Amino acid sequence: MDAEAAKLIGAGIACIGMGGAAMGVGNIFGNYVAGALRNPSAAAGQFTNALIGAALAEGLGIFSLVVALILLFVA
Amino acid sequence: MADPIVQFRIKEIFPLGEVGGVEFALTNSAVYMFAVIALISVFLIASTSGRGLVPTRWQSVAEMLYELVASTLRNTAGTEGMKFFPLVFSLFTFVLFANFIGLFPYFFTVTSQIIVTFALAMLVILTVIIYGFMRNGAGFLKLFAPSGVPAAILPVIVVIEILSFLSRPISLSLRLFGNMLAGHIVLKVFAGFIVSLSAYGIGGMLGAVLPFGMTVALTALEFLVAFLQAYVFTILTCVYLNDAIHPSH
Repeated sequence: MDAEAAKLIGAGIACIGMGGAAMGVGNIFGNYVAGALRNPSAAAGQFTNALIGAALAEGLGIFSLVVALILLFVA
Repeated sequence: MADPIVQFRIKEIFPLGEVGGVEFALTNSAVYMFAVIALISVFLIASTSGRGLVPTRWQSVAEMLYELVASTLRNTAGTEGMKFFPLVFSLFTFVLFANFIGLFPYFFTVTSQIIVTFALAMLVILTVIIYGFMRNGAGFLKLFAPSGVPAAILPVIVVIEILSFLSRPISLSLRLFGNMLAGHIVLKVFAGFIVSLSAYGIGGMLGAVLPFGMTVALTALEFLVAFLQAYVFTILTCVYLNDAIHPSH
């Protein structure tokens, strides 16, 4: 296989990892909203925790995006 | 279609000579960093110089910024963490204003350069390490051995904790960098669709309304992301500072 083509395919495969991050972030905010609807008075205090969780989950997805960008523009 | 990466290119504006084979120059990145700091200083000084008991509109914006950072820091790192307020507030306003300035068309985004975000992240992590050892001495190492863990699995936990600590500067810098980079690339790709479609005459121009609407919606989303990422950077800074202040969790 041509090295250039392999790079593009690799970048595409690396982006699959972002789907996992999407599921993680969706899971966190979905559960946050579900909890907030059950107990609205406690929602405001937990928003920071939801953001921290979302940021940590999102960071792992960003890693795969960076791998894809490195494959496309640097390697 | 125009290259969506060109916007991140660093241009030399004013060469300052070279030291030991390394070229020094005033770049567009440096100019925008100075602009961000000037904007923050002018905004905060001008808005709080009135010192009114009943705040004016500008003063209440500055007070809201202060309260947001102060309450986040107090809730996550305790009252002892408030001694780091100048650092955390500077980081928050710098990242926030840099993100916002970058959203204006033709403007440069400082935070889309990985070296800038990595420098900010290393500043935070080195502060945590140095202050952690200064305050707790060797007790800071308790951070890597959580209390209440059975002795059998402790070696594994310690390795995992050390790895997670070492990955913090990388994830902290890559999160901000990746969000800004990806957001601006997406904006430019959709903006490029408008140009390429308009080249096909009147039908193409009518069709270009769709990517144009998408660009407007994405710009709104990017303003949210710009604020959210600045806030996330601040929260994580507070959480890491809390580790330095209270290492035995």
